Amino acid sequence: MTRERHYIPESRQREKPKSKYFAIGHSMKRVEDTRLLTGSGTYADDVSLPNMAHAAVLRSPHAHARIVSIDKSRAEALPGVLCVMTGAEAAEVTGPCADFSSPPTTQHCIAVDKVRHVGETVAAVVAESRYIAEDACELIEVEYDPLPAVVDLEEAVTSTGDAVLHPDRGDTNVAHHRVIDFGTVDEDFAAADLVIERRLRWPRSGGTPIETVGATAHYDRGTGKFTIHANTSMYNYVGWLIAVSLKVEPHRLNIVPTDAGGSFGSKLFCHKVCTLAGTLARATGRPVKYLEDRIDNMTSGDAHGSDRLYDAQLALKRDGTMLSMRLKVIDDYGAYFQYGVGQHGNAMAQVTGPYTINSVQVDLTAVFTNKCQQGAYRGFGSEVGNFVIERLVDAACEELDLDPIEMRRQNLIEQDQFPYIMPTGNMYDSGNYQAVLDEALGMIDIDGWRKKQVDARAEGRYIGIGISTCQERSVFSATEFWMWNPNETPGFTLSSSPESVAINIDPTGKAFITLNAPFWGNSPETMAVQVLAEKLEMDPADISVGYADSDKGFNSGGPGGSRFTVMIAGAVSGAADVIREKMLRVASHMLEADPSDLEFRAGSIGVQGVPGKEKTLAEVALHAHYFRLDLPEDHDLTSGIDAAYVYDHPVTTMPSEDRTDLGIFYPIVGHMVHIPVVEVDVETGKVDFLDYVAVHDCGTMVNPMTLAGHVRGGTVNGIGSALYEHFHYDENGQLQNALLSDYLHPTLMETPVDIRVGHVETPSPFTEYGIKGGGEGGRMGAPPAIATAVEDALKPLGIKVDSLPLTPKVLRGMIREAEQHPLSASDKELATH
Amino acid sequence: MTTPRTVELVVNGESRAGEAEPRMLLSDFLREQLGLTGTHVGCEHGVCGACTVLVNGEAARSCLMLAVQAKGTEVRTIEGLGGVDDMHPLQEAFWEKHGLQCGFCTPGMLMTAVELLESTPNPSLDDIREAISSNLCRCTGYQTIVEAVQAAAERMQGEGQ
Repeated sequence: MTRERHYIPESRQREKPKSKYFAIGHSMKRVEDTRLLTGSGTYADDVSLPNMAHAAVLRSPHAHARIVSIDKSRAEALPGVLCVMTGAEAAEVTGPCADFSSPPTTQHCIAVDKVRHVGETVAAVVAESRYIAEDACELIEVEYDPLPAVVDLEEAVTSTGDAVLHPDRGDTNVAHHRVIDFGTVDEDFAAADLVIERRLRWPRSGGTPIETVGATAHYDRGTGKFTIHANTSMYNYVGWLIAVSLKVEPHRLNIVPTDAGGSFGSKLFCHKVCTLAGTLARATGRPVKYLEDRIDNMTSGDAHGSDRLYDAQLALKRDGTMLSMRLKVIDDYGAYFQYGVGQHGNAMAQVTGPYTINSVQVDLTAVFTNKCQQGAYRGFGSEVGNFVIERLVDAACEELDLDPIEMRRQNLIEQDQFPYIMPTGNMYDSGNYQAVLDEALGMIDIDGWRKKQVDARAEGRYIGIGISTCQERSVFSATEFWMWNPNETPGFTLSSSPESVAINIDPTGKAFITLNAPFWGNSPETMAVQVLAEKLEMDPADISVGYADSDKGFNSGGPGGSRFTVMIAGAVSGAADVIREKMLRVASHMLEADPSDLEFRAGSIGVQGVPGKEKTLAEVALHAHYFRLDLPEDHDLTSGIDAAYVYDHPVTTMPSEDRTDLGIFYPIVGHMVHIPVVEVDVETGKVDFLDYVAVHDCGTMVNPMTLAGHVRGGTVNGIGSALYEHFHYDENGQLQNALLSDYLHPTLMETPVDIRVGHVETPSPFTEYGIKGGGEGGRMGAPPAIATAVEDALKPLGIKVDSLPLTPKVLRGMIREAEQHPLSASDKELATH
Repeated sequence: MTTPRTVELVVNGESRAGEAEPRMLLSDFLREQLGLTGTHVGCEHGVCGACTVLVNGEAARSCLMLAVQAKGTEVRTIEGLGGVDDMHPLQEAFWEKHGLQCGFCTPGMLMTAVELLESTPNPSLDDIREAISSNLCRCTGYQTIVEAVQAAAERMQGEGQ
């Protein structure tokens, strides 16, 4: 039953999907690449300012301790040291870091009085070189008074006294608790024939890009203004909060973006590094560069991903019809709470997946522990929801002896049900889920693999086939960050999340696009070029792209939540309309024709139906720039051809007061089907991929090649989350794997030889050209599919997968356990049936 | 121990010299003393391979080598491979096959691939996979990097005939 209670705003789409495109839909080589291929990119560590000094930080060896005293005299005496700063000293000039939680949670760029996780900055040193700064860190003597370390998320719920991380928020480590019923949960459970129940564990992993976070700050004593070069994002959205931390007015801070060497969400804001570098630059009067080293990034990068324990229930009819869900979840947020429970706001966008589930109850507890705090990682909490619901579906199939593909088919939202309001109030804009499933099944011979599976089992080999049918919500609205907040402390309830561009046409008719958010490793320049080329029928080679700093920027949310392509397309399209109109007016005068009789044709503007009667874009641009007196007396017709455009979120509404309806906040919804075939080596616990099919529907594709790149790269991130990656804290809160030699990214040897990517295109009725976001899907679809595949492979052993990652060690433990308690012949027959 | 030494070496075919404390890493020397920031540092413990350069023709992790050890050697970095107007076939192939996204691991990947194709002009798929498996890429999932190296090998073979 579709819920009809929420108002759906009218679509603001201006550009309809087309059957034939000029530039969109082509696998154009990327605009970004030539500088990156030649070593000419400018990443955070490539910024160098005259007279620049270098900073390093002393990290806390304790998970939780009072700072009793700090003796920095030996460090200060080291030749080449310019400044040694403690948290107490920093706090005299710099306020707490940016924080979006409500009630607020205090974090300082250098810890004050107390450390709350291993790796937290206790003191910072500025020196003539990074080598000297690191030497000086070794000379700082800190006396600590250890406090109880809170590591386990269930224990965190009940801890009190000295074990409480933030006593100012109450004598508890529960950072947040709220239960919301979306729809008629009790009735739907009462109507169920059975309830599937699973306890599921999603492990703490992180984006961990190859480039860490860094900032180079300069404080101009003559003007009182900071300039900070950093691989941050959201600097044209909430970057002014760093000025607030630095206690200057926002116009006295200019943030200049660098290229980012990967983010995957982790560089969403990077407020702490920027605040620290600014504080040190002001203290020393020198430009200061601070770049996290690898251990800083892993222990204190503020970007660990979700870390959740679910008690999850799915209510069904005996025929497999899914009715309702109850999700009781504890999430380990670590030591701070920068985005509040934004990750759970996010998850509510698609918590019931692609299925016609009528209601859901979510009982959410967020806890503080002595670990690095959470940030964003590709999926921002929704990827966990996909894992949970797909595990429940597979458990239901097992229980009811249903075919996992047919069971899914039966419950998928049908094409004629869109736009679909799901139980939390979010809208799914469009979709054709059966078509995505058909496409995926057409790309792989499931029956053939089933036969191979049987043959392999006879040889003692364990092959498994998995499937996931998942959502990828895209284009977040800002409400996701605060909708869970308590009613008594709602926080800063912002509802804008725009993206902006400026476009200048030069006198020769070439275009320059200014983006207001950084290069993050995705393809914003290529996207902007393809959309502008489409709008003006220009040669893409005639368009180049740059990035505005915060002095010149317009309000722009930047990448994240798979929104950048959709939002850039909206902004470029809006600005291009202004450009088009002006070029048509100038051309109409040059061609002595009415603007309505003119058309853009590859590189020219001409009179419709009159071949040859045209002016090139270069001629029109030259005229507009330099021949004002040839144009009519019209005060609006100023010289040049320039436009700036702010594109607001395409379709969003506010949540209801009681939050039983969260409104429309993440409505541009893609869909995917992942089908991996794995072989588990029962001797070693290693999982190998024999085949992998991933079919995505991200609406109209701007560039199929780069979209496939996102799908494959995201899928490999998902393989990491499913099989290898886990920030492992021991019982004392020591992070055991803070190096890339211990925290295992998949190498080429752990990835499928060929991730076979397929596409279905169901345009969005709300975005320009019907584009949907596609940046996170791979990581959102792979883990549940791999979990199912491994479980399927090990069915003869009766192994169930309830937690990730399935490392070789974990799998060997499960296999060893199973071998000690073998299934009876009849159970085995049943299991492999 | 911290007295700087002069390190003279050949970088990308040019004689270069710079000052380096004995403990200075080759990666820092290239980036800070010689201004060659195309060589990237990802982990500083020899795992990720982003800092890979060629020292006397062999791939080396410049974060695991001291600058003074490179004295008198011939070092090749991404800056010597080709510019926008004269790209090496590997750079062209990475561009065409979408063998990069954020570009941070790319210089190391390219130099690793240069070493492979100079020693094994006609590599098998396994040769390429073996070579590339030494480096981490967090963006691409590796598949298009392998395709790019294959394509470049074919093109270079074709040009060589």
